[in-house]
Amino acid sequence: MSNLNKLNSVLIKKALKLDCGKEISNFPLAYETYGNLNENKDNAILIFHALTGDQYASGINPLTNKEGWWNYAVGPGKPFDTDKFFIICANVIGGCMGSYGPGSIDPLTNKPLGTNFPVITINDMVNAQYNLLDHFKIEKLFAVAGGSMGGMQVLQFVSNFPNKAKVALPIACTASHSAQNIAFNELGRQAIMSDSNWKEGLYNEKSTNPDKGLAVARMAAHITYLSKQGLQEKFGRNLQERSDLKFGFDADFQIESYLRYQGSVFVDRFDANSYLYITRAMDYFDLTKQFGGNLSKAFKNTKTKFFIISFTSDWLYPTSENKDIVIALNAIGADVGFVEIKTDKGHDSFLLDVPDFLSTIKNYLNTTYSNINERRI
Amino acid sequence: MKEEFKVISKFIEEKSRVLDVGCGDGILMEFLSKNKVVDIRGLEISKEKVKKCLSKGLSVIEGDAENDLKQFPDLSFDYVILSQTLQAFMNPEKVIENLLRVGKKVIVTIPNFGHWKVRLDLLFKGEMPVTKNLPYQWYDTPNLHMCTILDFYNFCNNRGINIFKTISLNGQSISDIKRSNLKYKNLISELGIFLLEK
Repeated sequence: MSNLNKLNSVLIKKALKLDCGKEISNFPLAYETYGNLNENKDNAILIFHALTGDQYASGINPLTNKEGWWNYAVGPGKPFDTDKFFIICANVIGGCMGSYGPGSIDPLTNKPLGTNFPVITINDMVNAQYNLLDHFKIEKLFAVAGGSMGGMQVLQFVSNFPNKAKVALPIACTASHSAQNIAFNELGRQAIMSDSNWKEGLYNEKSTNPDKGLAVARMAAHITYLSKQGLQEKFGRNLQERSDLKFGFDADFQIESYLRYQGSVFVDRFDANSYLYITRAMDYFDLTKQFGGNLSKAFKNTKTKFFIISFTSDWLYPTSENKDIVIALNAIGADVGFVEIKTDKGHDSFLLDVPDFLSTIKNYLNTTYSNINERRI
Repeated sequence: MKEEFKVISKFIEEKSRVLDVGCGDGILMEFLSKNKVVDIRGLEISKEKVKKCLSKGLSVIEGDAENDLKQFPDLSFDYVILSQTLQAFMNPEKVIENLLRVGKKVIVTIPNFGHWKVRLDLLFKGEMPVTKNLPYQWYDTPNLHMCTILDFYNFCNNRGINIFKTISLNGQSISDIKRSNLKYKNLISELGIFLLEK
């Protein structure tokens, strides 16, 4: 990842007090934009990425030369229509695509921060990205949107800035990371930290890389993004380029080969320490606790119109957890719509070609945008 | 625009907060939000219909009135509407109770099982009636608890539920139902529309 210097980036000069107590300032936030901001500056949508996403929501990611992570949803004529809306997407702090993270150089030592990088939270990520409104001189966003960890950021954003987005789309997420979520994240972290190449997080200076640990972390996580039925239908017990079992530990089965591949391509684009920091931020996310056990209080002053979406086969952030957010919003008479989309693609559904999901969002955004403009609400 | 929706919309004062329970495709919600500038929410059990509503930008929640009404606080809406859905519930009594808890006023529409065509079907054919408003066969009907206008009138009276106004709908014809013409209207109305308060 040697091209990080060429990325669009804004230097946030203002001090940001982190939840851990430390303060950061003069830190970079890498971002990408799609479409054009109109004259009224009322068509901006801030999209938050998930755990392993980045600012390249659409088009071709110049670092991986692959399609952006939300290519199905963001682009001309797509649900987040770049012919109509101005889409902003930033790399979260803690990330490894140009924003301030564990790979950033410590000016005091001239070495990467590694585990000297402060532990950050979803709240910190959102507060850092809030600076983008100033940067683009946007008074109020039309929408904030995101799936998974992106959805958590949507919830935190509306809670922190109740009057800064007209519409909020938290997708396949939760207001409080569950024990199961934490457990899977811990599994990933342990895989990384027990790789001898991790070197207590100092692998950059020692010119090593905990590739194996990071790949295992990715493999385990990847399983949680899919559904049992989806896996069974796609792979079943199919064998990988062989007609019989080989009585060894090579990848006999297609699913094994698939997971190994997912692990191997991931290590080329993602930083192990970033993985530790971002999963930690997710684990610490508990909006309900932030508001004394009453999630409704998180949204007390908001006039934002919510549209919450879950997926039938998502067992990582199941419908029940998404519905808890709906219930909390209804308890205070907030404006909320909710649908559970039927699909066997698991938690990953929000990233994939799920026509029902994509068309509903597209129509919802278009109609809501014109309704708001007509009525000036 | 269905005659029924015109009647319902006349009941509703401008700028009120409305919950449409079993809102279907959201046609009434759209009409109300365009013409009455109401703050309106919907609850609908069918995924397909919820998606249609959301596509129109309507704030509709996928859910089931028998379980999901409890999340709404007491008297959190000026009006709660239940249009031709009461008969489909397992426990209509409990649903009405919840509607009256959530809404300051409640509008309930019922397909009238006391209509003369229904009575004649059963009397002469000896078969379960199939009509425009009740288009199902006995074996595939979602309607578990059919009632007549008179039944519902008595139901409300027995529970001390205030009936502010009752409207009879028969084709295009709209008329008031009063205590004096109740038995007659129970014979000629296809639909009964009730405006209630606890």
